[in-house]
Amino acid sequence: MGLLDQKFESSNVVITTMDDLLNWARLSSLWQMQFGLACCAIEMMAASASNFDMMRFGVIPRATPRQCDVMIVSGTVTLKMASRIKRLYDQMSEPRYVISMGSCSNCGGPYWEHGYHVLKGVDRVIPVDVYVPGCPPRPEALIEGLIKLQEKIRNESLVQKKAV
Amino acid sequence: MTAQEINEILKAQFGDAVLEGKLENVPDPFVKVQPERILEIAAFVRSDERLQFDYLMCLSGVDYKGKLGVTYHLYSMVHRHKFVLKVEVPTETPNIPSVESVWKTADWHEREAFDLYGINFTGHPDLRRILLPYDWEGYPLRKDYQTPEYYNGMKVPY
Repeated sequence: MGLLDQKFESSNVVITTMDDLLNWARLSSLWQMQFGLACCAIEMMAASASNFDMMRFGVIPRATPRQCDVMIVSGTVTLKMASRIKRLYDQMSEPRYVISMGSCSNCGGPYWEHGYHVLKGVDRVIPVDVYVPGCPPRPEALIEGLIKLQEKIRNESLVQKKAV
Repeated sequence: MTAQEINEILKAQFGDAVLEGKLENVPDPFVKVQPERILEIAAFVRSDERLQFDYLMCLSGVDYKGKLGVTYHLYSMVHRHKFVLKVEVPTETPNIPSVESVWKTADWHEREAFDLYGINFTGHPDLRRILLPYDWEGYPLRKDYQTPEYYNGMKVPY
């Protein structure tokens, strides 16, 4: 609330829309699913650690899919793992988001031709909101992807039903 | 002990079971041995006083196109010497006795070679896939392996 305090110091009423309020709350507490798949997971851990500190964006790792808002698919998705990822995604409650981190989970990466065991892109099993390129992406790139996801959430509407 | 001396001990003990090898000008000197006698040879090189290969550094499968092979990299903690044993079997009948009873570490190594090359280690206590899913078809590291179009409804090729 630090920013708001300085902005509205002489007033105690803030008028906003329901959408803006809900979206602001949601994008400021994107709880992340605590799991990593390959070398990208090391960069994800670095992004969570003190130097980059993803927690300042409200990203807290949670060890259960029931409490998560965003799944960061950080690394190579093997065919063996793909069905597990699908199940974990299904267990997350809506609204839920997916960040695909790194070349492997974007499109198969270096395993695109000879990787008999690699799923060529996690978007073949679950919908992806943000793709973060890189092999592996630096923590800054992951945080950029997170900010892109926050922008996406900011422009959504939970109140107005979307046309199907 | 040099590779030549190890080779001579093996030749003296097992005679015809020890086939040709390469002992000089290679980083890891090796001999090929008859696959059906590998368990006997393994037990000998582990227990013999002069050799004492108490450490199986690696056990790997190989596809030689038409033949499948297994390579045993051995090391002796006592004598600080290394040696390599190799066996080859036809791809149609890839049966090799398991050395799990000699070196416990061979358990998972043999499961891996079975998983990826389809080598049947006879006498292994628990020979099932270790890396790939249990419902996987085929042995991916064989040279003639064809990547499947679909696995459990997921498209595999790029």
